[in-house]
Amino acid sequence: MSKIKVVHYINNFFAGIGGEEMAHVGVERRVGPAGPGLGLAAALGDEFEIVSTLVCGDNYFGEHTADAVAELLGYIRADQPQLFIAGPAFNAGRYGFACGTICKAVADDLAIPVLTAMYPENPGADAFKKHMIIIETRNSAADMRAAIPKMAACAKKLAHGEEIGSPQEEGYIERGIRVNYFAEKRGSERAVELLVQKMRGEQPVSEYPLPVIDRVEAAPAVKDIRKCKIAVVTSGGIVPTGNPDRIESSSASKYGKYSLEGMERMDKKDFLSIHGGYDRTFILENPNLVIPLDVLRDLVKEGEIGEIAEYFITTTGTGTSTGNAKKFGEDFAPKLKADGVDAVLLTST
Amino acid sequence: MVKEIDRVGIPVVHMCTVVPISLTIGANRIVPATAIPYPLGDPHLSADEDKALRRKMVEKALVALQTEVSEQTVFEV
Amino acid sequence: MKLELGKIFIKDVQFADHTYVDKGVLYVCAAEIEKLVLEDSHLIACRVELAHPGESVRIAPVKDAIEPRVKVSGGQIFPGIIGKVNQVGCGRTHVLSGAVVLTVGRIVGFQEGLIDMSGPAACYTPFSETQNVCVVIEPREGLETHEYETAGRLAGLKVAAYLGEAARELEPDEITVYETKPLLEQIAQYPDLPRVGYLHMLQSQGLLHDTYYYGVDAKQFLPTIMYPTEIMDGAIVSGNCVAPCDKVTTYHHLNNPVIEDLYKRHGKDINFMGVILTNENVFLADKIRCSDMTGKLAEYLGLQGILITEEGYGNPDTDLMMNCKSIADKGVKVVLITDEFPGRDGSSYSLADSTPQADTIVSCGNGNVIVNFPPMERVIGTLDYVEMMIGGYDGSLHEDGSIEAELQIVIASTIANGFNKLSAKGY
Repeated sequence: MSKIKVVHYINNFFAGIGGEEMAHVGVERRVGPAGPGLGLAAALGDEFEIVSTLVCGDNYFGEHTADAVAELLGYIRADQPQLFIAGPAFNAGRYGFACGTICKAVADDLAIPVLTAMYPENPGADAFKKHMIIIETRNSAADMRAAIPKMAACAKKLAHGEEIGSPQEEGYIERGIRVNYFAEKRGSERAVELLVQKMRGEQPVSEYPLPVIDRVEAAPAVKDIRKCKIAVVTSGGIVPTGNPDRIESSSASKYGKYSLEGMERMDKKDFLSIHGGYDRTFILENPNLVIPLDVLRDLVKEGEIGEIAEYFITTTGTGTSTGNAKKFGEDFAPKLKADGVDAVLLTST
Repeated sequence: MVKEIDRVGIPVVHMCTVVPISLTIGANRIVPATAIPYPLGDPHLSADEDKALRRKMVEKALVALQTEVSEQTVFEV
Repeated sequence: MKLELGKIFIKDVQFADHTYVDKGVLYVCAAEIEKLVLEDSHLIACRVELAHPGESVRIAPVKDAIEPRVKVSGGQIFPGIIGKVNQVGCGRTHVLSGAVVLTVGRIVGFQEGLIDMSGPAACYTPFSETQNVCVVIEPREGLETHEYETAGRLAGLKVAAYLGEAARELEPDEITVYETKPLLEQIAQYPDLPRVGYLHMLQSQGLLHDTYYYGVDAKQFLPTIMYPTEIMDGAIVSGNCVAPCDKVTTYHHLNNPVIEDLYKRHGKDINFMGVILTNENVFLADKIRCSDMTGKLAEYLGLQGILITEEGYGNPDTDLMMNCKSIADKGVKVVLITDEFPGRDGSSYSLADSTPQADTIVSCGNGNVIVNFPPMERVIGTLDYVEMMIGGYDGSLHEDGSIEAELQIVIASTIANGFNKLSAKGY
């Protein structure tokens, strides 16, 4: 039986090419395992073969990221591995960034499992933990002996498509993916226990730690609204009658873009709401309550605004993940920009 | 979705009822809406009054779009 | 208030020519149930079907689940709805524990759910383990949805009360006495134990209809306080439409797990003072007004700790967070119970809102995960609406009757009051 092919990525230091002063070296391919790859190959056993080791200086990677990734991907594609491993990077920030970046690129490009390892406070861990398994290590290479077996164990599971257990079981840094399990006690009983602890002055561990939510700076204001093109976007679940794209009434996986051309107002014959999170009675009667087309047409006629985009963008807000909402936005926002839209009204129910 | 629009440099005003959610997710320009089942206007008013209220809210949104903001701002109607 | 709750354990349900209980078996007369349901002229047909644990049966779309109970003394069950308006929570109540009435019929909104009695998805709902009397109703052609909802709700409650009558003269297998005293006496009873309350948030977003407290629509009341035992006699009845996984059915009101578990430690390491009741309305002004008042009531009751549960997700998460902040700001320790909707891949934010005071949360699971439901031999109700139901999507229903859908399509699967053992953790 042929062995499972692995490509391993390390930096110049672990490849034995000097230290910081040599961090500018470019990409190099070596046949077979090298540096920490020797230990890794032993831990992976006979079933696996590290066919090549790719080396790159951390500064080169950081300063020429796109070139380095392209070069590395070229080698990796040629080797056709079934698994890609980078690091461990421990607490080396630039190395951690390189490991995370190349792992993500390989996963996206070759659709094979990837794995790296680093210290949780390595900036690369925060940046990439959502995207891949990062085995948790301590903050220096002295931890190599402990890190390698954990990487090998997890690598085997990934290569065989086996289920990856919890961060505690496998020793990786939590990715922030919420997975169901059956607890020993029911929720209300656990809650009473937590409350008793809290009243004693302890701070019990929350089963769901609230996330820190990212912020975006406000776009600059428009100078003269009377010359602007305005588009309407909604999460209120307004769709053309018949819901042609079959957008879900909850947990939407898609958004729609529908024409407003030739319409003076939103007519209940043309549009309806499929939103599963509110009483739709009013909006089924008058969709202008969500897409204020009647008012916008008047404002255009009176010269209060320049023009309106002859379409609206819509999805269902209820139960729709922030990840999907962000994806929709990333998809349509550049299109609005390309279409010359100057400002957006986003209505929510 | 709001943030992705701001991110590409198009000013956006979020017209919504549950202002706290809008503040939590990070909308920068916010105009409070009437109620969840009828954000813009009020179907309990006469058709003319309903539309007038809707217009007032849209006009407030236009003011918001023309106002520079350095932090999350709620523009009360 | 002091309530004696007597449970008669039901381990099987069968059809018979009249309704009675014998040796733990509930015998039901289908003809009498159908006659009772069809007294309502909004409904034109009614069929009774039985579903037992382990059978190859799928029930959908399920509207509500109700436990048969009867007031032996101290008033009438479901006050202000089918019983006359009267104070409940005292006296003696008998329960056919293990038997459940399920109302089934074509959907009124998107919000009715699904129950599998066996197979891999059965473990997600408590009703796969109960002896179920399914009341399948058919509305008059063209019946307005609000009227249909009312008719369905009343049918279920009437049937549950009718079956409950069979328990009136029986000797219970188990009797538990629950008692909460008036405020000053209750404080004096356990002066050294921390005073704990429960903030019960009722769904009142007006998705068709809402939750009822003594017959009052929850969106029309202001936060109030109640004795915990009142809920065991049907003071709170579910009439709302909400994502099926989150639905606090009437059964779950009668068997509120937070109240049960607080009573278990009452007098041991806590002093359970009572319940604050509030709603989840669609106007921001209501959310502000009511969360201000829950903080005020918690302070007024002298609480040192409180558990908060919500019903539904999305904007009710804001009510949850506003209540949490308002009460924590009064110096009360707060623990929240909720469920999570972080997307099918589990990587998005689980809640729509947050506040720094929400630092202790119990999770009742991720409702977005995809679950596979194998075909079942028998369907009670219809699968026609699966793709429209919350949790369903285009392509959910396969030709062989198997279903792929989000867990939230299953009734009470991630119910945010801690009834189930399901939880979620970070991977």
